[in-house]
Amino acid sequence: MDNAERALLDLRAMDELASMDSPYHRLSPLSKLVMTIVYILITTSFHKYDLTGLLFMVIFPLLGYQFAMIPVSTCFSKLRGVLPLVAAVGLLNPLFDRVPVFRIGRITVTSGMVSMITLMLKGVFCLMASFLLMATTQIDDLCRALRRIHCPRVITSLILLTFRYTSVLLDEVSDMTQAYSLRAPGQKGIHISAWGTFLGQLLLRTMDRADALYEAMMLRGFSGEFHYAAGKRSSRYSWAVTLAVCIAAVTARYINIPAFLTSLFI
Amino acid sequence: MLIFENVCFSYPGGSPVLEEVTFAVRNAEKVGLIGANGAGKSTLLKCVPGLLTASGKITVSGIEVCREKLADVRRKVGYVLQDPDNQMFMPKVIDDMIFGPVNYGLSREEAEAQADKVLEDLGISRLRDRYNHRISGGEKRMAAIATVLAMEPDVMLMDEPSSSLDPKNRRALINTIKKLDKTMLIASHDLDMILDTCSRVVLLDGGKVIADGECGDILHDRELLEAHCLELPLSLL
Ligand SMILES: Nc1ncnc2c1ncn2[C@@H]1O[C@H](COP(=O)(O)OP(=O)(O)OP(=O)(O)O)[C@@H](O)[C@H]1O
Ligand SMILES: [Mg+2]
Repeated sequence: MDNAERALLDLRAMDELASMDSPYHRLSPLSKLVMTIVYILITTSFHKYDLTGLLFMVIFPLLGYQFAMIPVSTCFSKLRGVLPLVAAVGLLNPLFDRVPVFRIGRITVTSGMVSMITLMLKGVFCLMASFLLMATTQIDDLCRALRRIHCPRVITSLILLTFRYTSVLLDEVSDMTQAYSLRAPGQKGIHISAWGTFLGQLLLRTMDRADALYEAMMLRGFSGEFHYAAGKRSSRYSWAVTLAVCIAAVTARYINIPAFLTSLFI
Repeated sequence: MLIFENVCFSYPGGSPVLEEVTFAVRNAEKVGLIGANGAGKSTLLKCVPGLLTASGKITVSGIEVCREKLADVRRKVGYVLQDPDNQMFMPKVIDDMIFGPVNYGLSREEAEAQADKVLEDLGISRLRDRYNHRISGGEKRMAAIATVLAMEPDVMLMDEPSSSLDPKNRRALINTIKKLDKTMLIASHDLDMILDTCSRVVLLDGGKVIADGECGDILHDRELLEAHCLELPLSLL
């Protein structure tokens, strides 16, 4: 299986994950969207030295994955390509910020190290939350939810078509590389002399396919509205859950819960 | 009712693909559109819902096809594309089937009930909850036909509906077409299917209407067919 094909399966697998059924899948798309945005905003707003406070925030995605019946490892295995980038964000902090905070044995922990870890965790937590949203909500439902909060039609159509376009693109890449390798046995990848024509063809073919798909949608009455996502019944508790999560997250932001709990016992 | 009057078309920078095409499909009539590869069959069908803009006049159920009326026209027309890969864009077969009806105002339950009936008629209920990217070419073709039938259009256009179907599915398709009381224009190389389902045939070659008449007359005319790269239907040999 070549890379494009694998990427395509990954993308399709998201669709499949999203059409499963679980308590979390059943929450209304809009409430999930709001919950995710609030979570991300609060998580990123933690102070850069507030590592212990931030740690508590991992509870939310972990619970989410439990209720969605998706193993957390799915998220990490699918996002393994992006994770190092996210984690790399804070790498330089320890170089600039060398104020010692405490010592563990002979190692001095500096504030730069703390802020590096905080930054990394923020990135990872936000990724986990966004992945959870994508893995439990179909793209059409999400677009419809966005339309309901008056997000302009141009934007929702763009999101939807980008998603579809990506799968068409990957589809064509895998078809073309297959056709190529069948007639160029023994060659690894595509020879550099063929890249120009290959890319040109790819562009033309995907444009044609994307056009045809868009036409097919128009022929069946698509006008930028997402009617067909309507009527899927979502749980009555959606907004209650969202409200509870938001309150808990805000509380965790202003009260350092791990510290609070330790203070109860010590 | 579907009327073509002096329809001409050429792709940008190309020679004419359709020249002065004139014929009509009466209400509830089934017409076969035949012709060699490149004769212009698909091009003619694409002009009906305005995917291509031809000169001349095309009328669908009394509405003239023009930019302002496209939405009305498209609502009346069901179009099975030549390539089913282009027809299906939702994750699951059932999602695709309710896409059209729901856009036109049905509730999800109504649309699903309608879709289930179509699936049963075609004998492919087992495909209902399958993923589009995990079904075979022929299954996808059947599903694509089902998505269009579920819209209950007034006028049906089909481009090679029977290609890549196994004999059983082909038979199911033929029976469904026969049962439907709709205006239909079917472009196909499957002359036996045309013979089985249509009452009239239009023969295209080089973008011109060469012959237009009773199905029996044209499909029995060996000389005419062979002169335009076609052969007698197998059942008549
Ligand atoms: N996008 C295009 N751009 C330019 N020319 C085209 C395009 N599509 C088709 N043609 C040309 O128009 C002519 C008619 O094509 P069309 O697809 O209508 O044929 P067809 O009768 O459907 O053939 P087939 O039986 O192979 O499906 C052909 O000569 C073809 O080369
Ligand atoms: Mg064709």
